Order: sequence, then C-alpha cells, then structure tokens
Amino acid sequence: MKLDRRRFLGLSAASVGAVAFGGRAAALQAPWAVPRKWYDGEVRTVFSYCENCFWKCGITVKVEGGRVRKIDGQKQNPKSRGRLCPRGQAGVAQLYDPDRLKRPLIRVDGSERGEGKYREASWEEALDYVAERMLKIKEQYGPEAVAWFGHGSGDSWFVEYLPAAWGSPNAAKPAVSICTAPRETASQWTFGRPIGGHEPVDWTESRYIVLIGHHIGEDTHNTQLQDFSEALRRGAELVVVDPRFSTAASKAHRWLPIKPGTDLALLLAWIHVLIKENLYDRDYVQKYAVGFEELAVHSNKHTPEWAEEITEIPAETIRTVAREMAAAAPRAVLPPGRHTVWYGDDTQRMRAVYILNALLGNYGMPGGFYLAKKPYLEKYPHPPFPLEPAAGGCSGSSGGEEEVPEGFKPRADKGKFFAKTTAIQELIEPMLSGEPYPIRGLVCYGTNLFHSIPNVPRTKEALKKLDLYVAIDVLPMEHVMWADVILPECTYLERYDDLVAIAHKTPFVELRQPAVEPLWDTKPGWWIARELGLRLGLEKYFPWKDVEEYLDTRLQLIGSSLEEMKQKGTLIQRGRPYLKDWERRRRNPFGTPSGKIELYSKTFAEHGLDPLPDYTPPMPVPQGFYRLLYGRTPVHSFAKTQNNWVLMELKPENEVWINREEGRSLGLRHAEYVWLENDAGVREGPVRVRLTERIRRDCVYLVHGFGHKGRGVRLAYGRGASDNALQTRYVLDPISGGAALRNNFVKVVKGAPRPQRKRIGQLVRERRL
Amino acid sequence: MARYAMLIDLAACVGCAACAAACVLENEAPPGHNRLWIRQRELGAFPDVTVEYRPEQCLHCEHPPCVPVCPTGASHQTEDGLVLVRAERCIACAACIAACPYDARFMNPAGYVDKCTFCEHRVARGEDPACVETCPTGCRVFGDLDDPESPLHAWLTEAKRVDVLRPEMGTAPKLLYLNTPSKRGLANHESEVES
Repeated sequence: MKLDRRRFLGLSAASVGAVAFGGRAAALQAPWAVPRKWYDGEVRTVFSYCENCFWKCGITVKVEGGRVRKIDGQKQNPKSRGRLCPRGQAGVAQLYDPDRLKRPLIRVDGSERGEGKYREASWEEALDYVAERMLKIKEQYGPEAVAWFGHGSGDSWFVEYLPAAWGSPNAAKPAVSICTAPRETASQWTFGRPIGGHEPVDWTESRYIVLIGHHIGEDTHNTQLQDFSEALRRGAELVVVDPRFSTAASKAHRWLPIKPGTDLALLLAWIHVLIKENLYDRDYVQKYAVGFEELAVHSNKHTPEWAEEITEIPAETIRTVAREMAAAAPRAVLPPGRHTVWYGDDTQRMRAVYILNALLGNYGMPGGFYLAKKPYLEKYPHPPFPLEPAAGGCSGSSGGEEEVPEGFKPRADKGKFFAKTTAIQELIEPMLSGEPYPIRGLVCYGTNLFHSIPNVPRTKEALKKLDLYVAIDVLPMEHVMWADVILPECTYLERYDDLVAIAHKTPFVELRQPAVEPLWDTKPGWWIARELGLRLGLEKYFPWKDVEEYLDTRLQLIGSSLEEMKQKGTLIQRGRPYLKDWERRRRNPFGTPSGKIELYSKTFAEHGLDPLPDYTPPMPVPQGFYRLLYGRTPVHSFAKTQNNWVLMELKPENEVWINREEGRSLGLRHAEYVWLENDAGVREGPVRVRLTERIRRDCVYLVHGFGHKGRGVRLAYGRGASDNALQTRYVLDPISGGAALRNNFVKVVKGAPRPQRKRIGQLVRERRL
Repeated sequence: MARYAMLIDLAACVGCAACAAACVLENEAPPGHNRLWIRQRELGAFPDVTVEYRPEQCLHCEHPPCVPVCPTGASHQTEDGLVLVRAERCIACAACIAACPYDARFMNPAGYVDKCTFCEHRVARGEDPACVETCPTGCRVFGDLDDPESPLHAWLTEAKRVDVLRPEMGTAPKLLYLNTPSKRGLANHESEVES
C-alpha cells in the first residue's frame, strides 16, 4: 500500500499536467460520487460472538441498509471489553466474500476425489445422498466407521451432538491433539483441573512473567493481549524464552534465545535452583502439594551448568532468573501457552512448567493462576445419548480407564497414548489400514484437513479410500473440494449456534445470533445437523423444532430466556478465582487422585510413565538442514482467514525467517523467492526470504496458514508457503496423544520464480459480483 | 473549540493492525488503499535486537503543508485542529498528496482525496476514533490538549520519551509517539513495511 502511494507521488511529480487534467475530469464527478457513509444511515446493533479465531469474543454487529457494516467489541463482555483484534474487525469481509460456497454440491459421478468436478444439488438431494451412504456404512461396518472432525464453535453439532446420537466414538478436533493436548493432560494430572479455552493466568496482578515459546502479540487472543499489555504497564517484568525474537520478546526485559527443543532442561534447572537455594514457597508446597521429597532428590542432577550445555543459556542467567521469579513470587507466573505439541515429550515439559508454578506458590493466588469456573448452564433435556463424545475441547479431559458402553467399540486411536481425548491424526491410519477396525466415512466440519493434520500426502491417500467424505464449510478450501458432498454453511454472522459457556474469572454464557439472513442457499450448522439426524433415524434426539426453541429451553432452565439473551448478549455469573474463595466454602479445587497438587504423579508411575519430568533430547537436525519452527501473524487465524480481503491486504503472504548471517552464508538476498524442501524431499513454496537478526542460526520460521492450493479461494491461492505441507513427520506424545510437529527439517533451495500474483486490491475489484 | 491530538505508546504497540482493520471498515477505505498502516523495523544485531512497531496515519499537523496548496479550499483545517478534506469541493488535483511529507493521503477512486479524519463523525458523538476504541493493547489515547481533564496530559507526563515524525518539517504534528523502543527515538529509515 505504502509503495502505491510512493509510486503515485513519483508519477505526479513527473507529469503534473496529466494528473491535473485527469483531476479536472474527476472533479466533475465528485459532488455526486462522494458516497454516503453507512454511519449516517439507520444503524441497528446485534449482540453475538466472534468466530474469526476461537477465543469467542463478544461482539456488537452494526447493520445498516440490510448489510453488516462494522463489528466492534461488546462492551459488557468479559472477553472483548469493547475491543477487537484485526480478525474480529474483518469478519464483514468474510460474510461478503464472493468465493463462498453458495449451494450444495455433489461430486460428479466417475470423477476422482481431488479432481474438483461438481454439480449443484438441492439440500434435499444432498442430505438424502449423505444419509443413504452413512446408513450403508453403519449397516456394513457399524456406526464407529464414520469419523467426525470439527473445528469452530459450530462444531458442537458435528463432534458432540450428532456423533453421540449416531453412536460413533471417533469424533475429534484438531484443537486437541494438534494444539493443546499436552498442557491439558499435564494440568489434569498436576492440578486436577483443566487449563481450558481461556488460560486462567492472572496477568494483571502478576509482577514477573516468563513466557516459553508463547507468542502473545502474534497470537492476538484479545483478552490475553489486553491483560498482558496492562501487566506490562503496571510494571511487570517479562522474560521470553524463544529461539526467535518474537513480538513478545520485543517487550521483554530479558530474552533467552534458547536452543530449540531444550526448554525442558531449562525448566528443570530452574526447579533445581528454587529447591537448592531454598527459594520455593515452603508453606504453600507443604499445604497444597505432594511429592516434594521425590522432586528434590530428582532435581539434584539438573544443575544450571548441566542446563547451560544443553540450552546454550548461561548458567548465571538461569540462576538470576530463578532468583528473580522467586523474589516476585507468588506474583510470578509461567503461563502455559496454547500450542504445546512441539517435540514429543510435551506433557512432561508442561508438567515441569506447572511444577515450577507450584513451587512459586502461585496456583490459585493473585498474580499466578486463578481458578476458572464454568458458568451454570443446563443441557437440553433430550433422551440420553448412547455415547459420551471424547473429542474434548481446547480443554482435554484426563486419562486413565474409560468405560465403553455395551454394544459399542472403543475409539480407533485407543491404546496408543494415555489421555482420554481423541487424537485426530490417529484416526487417519484406520482409514488406510482398516486397523484396529475400518473407518469408511468422514464428516468434516470446518477442519482444514490439509493445513492442520501432519503428513498431508497420507491424509490424501486416506481420503481416496473412503466410501463417503462430507465437508461442511464456508469456503471452497482445497480439502473441501475433495468431498463427495459439500454442504455450504452460512457464516457466523448469519446464524445461531449453541450457547457457549466460558470458564473464566467471572464465568459467563454467550449467545450467537444472526445479524442478517443467510446469503445464497447456505444453511446454519444446527439446521444441517438436525436435517441429517432426522434422515439417519435419530429423530428422538431432535425433539426441538428449531434452534430458537432449543436455546430458549436451555436458557429458561437457568432462569433466563432467549429474548433476554438477545438483548444482553452476555450473561455474567460470579466466580471463585482464588484458593481463599474455595477454602471459605470448604471446597477442594484439586481434582487429582491425592486431592493435592501432584509434583510427583503416582498415576503416571503406575502406568509406566515418568512420574517426574526428565529431559530427553529432541530429534537432531541433519547436516545442511534447519529446524522448521512456525507460529502466527496477528492478522490471520490458522489457515482460515487467507481469503479475507481486509486481512490479506494487511498480510498477503508469509516469509521464511532466516538468520541474516546464516542467510548470507547461503548466498541469499532479502526478499528473494526460494523453495523449502524437507528431509523427506517434499518441496514447498515459492516463499519470500526474510533475512533477520531476530532468529537463531539453527532454525527457520514460517507463519502458519499460507500456501493455499485450492483455486476456489482466489485471494488465498498461491501465496506463501504452507508449514503443514512440510510437516510430513510427527512424534506422538505417548501421554497426551499430541502430534509433535517441530521434528521437521528443511533446507533452502534457491532459484524459485517470483509467483505471478495480482495485488490483493486489484483482485478484490475484479472479484466483485 | 478543542485541540484534538492522539498519542501512541510504542512500548505497548505490538503491530497487530487491529487499528488498520477497524479503520478500513469504519471509513470504507477502498481495496488497495488505506488511511492507516503499520511500519515494522528491527534494530540492532542478534542477540541484542529490538523491534519498533509504528502505526502511521494523518498527523493532523498544526501547520499542515497540505492545506495552503489546495486550490479550492477542499483541504482545510477545522477550528478543532482537524485537517480534513471536503470531498465535494475536491478537484482531485493531488497537490495535497504531493505536499504531505508523511504520505498520509491517497486518491479515492471515487474522485477525491481521502485520508484519516481522526473519525470526526465519531468524535462528534463523543466517541473515540475507531482505531483507539478497538486497540487490544490500549496503546492509543485520543483527547483534547486544551482540556486539563484529558488523559493525554498524564500520558505525556509519564512518558519516558515523546517523539514526532520528521520534526524538521516544522509541521507540529498532533499525533505523538511515546516511549520509542530505541533510545535514539523513532526509526527513520525506509524499511520493511507491513500493510
């Protein structure tokens, strides 16, 4: 954009006459060409919650002339507090995206999956088609042979409600095993409580914050960014541990450029210093924790000198930071982060994070972790489902034994790891091998199969084998255009969804309601789920006629109503954030087997897992390769928003970050295009080089979500490189089932052509309907 | 009468561009143009490095070079110190675009010069500009310099450092930057630009 203006300036200086002439012609138009602004019209506001990432901020949608014009943060909402990130702001552009799926599509007979040949169909025909084939699979293989993948708040219909009614345990979310599974499993077995979708870090009360690979500012989770900024304003000290100088690092008092994959060694050394120098909170540990003796013995060997060799962080720095955090404790905190599937020992790393927090005595204390509570909300009184879904949310449930109801098979991923939540990537193999039993059908709601699950070639092979693959989505992403049937959902601004209950300092319930009618022949998820359910013979689970009745019933049960929620948007309840609030009521917040914080986990020991975390080196980087790190840009969510013109103008492609000196030694120039090739020979790109001082020499970094290959998403197509395409390998975390993704290595291949892509602004103008 | 000004605390800004997105939607900037953009610049060498994230837009100068060059009076300064364009008087001669030392103006394809207005339509209703209202880091504050109650004064007093863009131009901007990450002030070379 900036360049645009410059170029214009250059032109105008060179040819004043021409510009002036053009100007006069334009002047004739001006008086009536000045468009009336939307805010001068009659503006209606609608309360809802956002869907452009999965933080679920309350929003106030402004509608004028039958169109959504602007989206703002809902002032009364504890998540947004009247503010929104760029993605929330830009939701309007998704609603009016001309590339959207407009009506149901059925793959043309005789065409292959992936060829993208479709014919339009009515909803009636498309739903009948799906139901008929699903029932056939059920008859031949059983209900468990249909897998259900879901991502986004509408997924409750497709990984919880419908599969539970249908009777398939194979329902999964990428948000679990490709993201948060380790931190949730570790939290369950250390504190006996989940972290949950909204990390319960008491940011603003904290005086010392240590971020480990946690990219606040680049992941613009609204509330978290607000609280983080406020904490810094109030004078909190910040330490950032990251091989890359992240945005958060630019706000830090200390940046520790750790060798990738060695974080656990650093954490163990900090535990060592806190114990050896007697800096831990003795009273807190005695009162609330078990297993300190074992931990103290175990940590003897983890000296800062030992950690220095592994992490490349000086032993003295390790000691200083440990002393500083102890001095600030209990108002010192090591937040859990979110995407924690890194190297394969991730649950143990997260255990070490939590043990450190416990030693600082901050769990349930101001400035540490507060105790998040779910709001009171009743389920709709439908007949009990045959199965309890185990897809998990951002908060996974714990591990251990699990009962399978009579007549149903256990999950297809079972036995591979310890946690109870389903690992989405482990459901791909049964599609190919038929082991432990065949998965023949897939219903995929909003999950980007080619930009989230590692080993995309394997996923493509698996899709080819299925009897039925149904995609429910908003945009014609590449993976959507592989489906047998495509059911176009309307966007979050055009529909109701189920209520969301947010566990928070002040628990609350949010309503999503339509701001405008669905465009084209698109339908809301609840309608699709219900119509499908009726056709699958599950009518007894759908006693409600429409979602308004469903929502109103749920709200009436807690003394509210749909009408009230429409006016309020957010229903706030009282929380119990600190230990003293629980003690006053004689309640114990710790749901562990011992009822205390488990520094040493007996359960882990009984299951043959390390009861205390220990360091295991990550997979070594082969000669000539770099470790591929990845992360976020503040203006995009995963691979979901790269067709949104407002966001694409802000960030149209990703770059590969390479240390400047390292890049020079490879003969690379800043901004030239290269290929990235992983050690399995997969090539991705072209992608622009960003030579930078902000990263170590042994790794490279890509922002996730670019490199779209679906031609139907015309803005996203062919821009940047996909990290997921290069992640052909993952290491299974044996405890959480997480797919550790930072075990992929790439080399830089010169000579890639500069992609011939039009500017976003020009494409937007051409795309106009 | 007021003397409106905006402060941006660069110690808090993370360059997330929520302001830029809010501006596009609020003011309906056409695709390919924007009234507000973010510059990102890295300073120093590994491992002693820092980054400046700097949102830029019209600075609503006290002495705006873009006003006297306008042949029709479309480009003007209000009594409240806002520098605005009357679209219906604009003949799209682009003289003001050339005169602005900050590249803050662009030619709207509808045939007039467009730029940041500090969301005067919102200010008139007693609201903050869209960029201020949405900022998740709260790094922006808007107010009246002549109003002793305005939070501007506390921000200015507490700031470790206050800078303006290109002070040598003598334009007296009313968009001021606080707490630059570099001790030497604002990064002043052309560099990587996001948005």
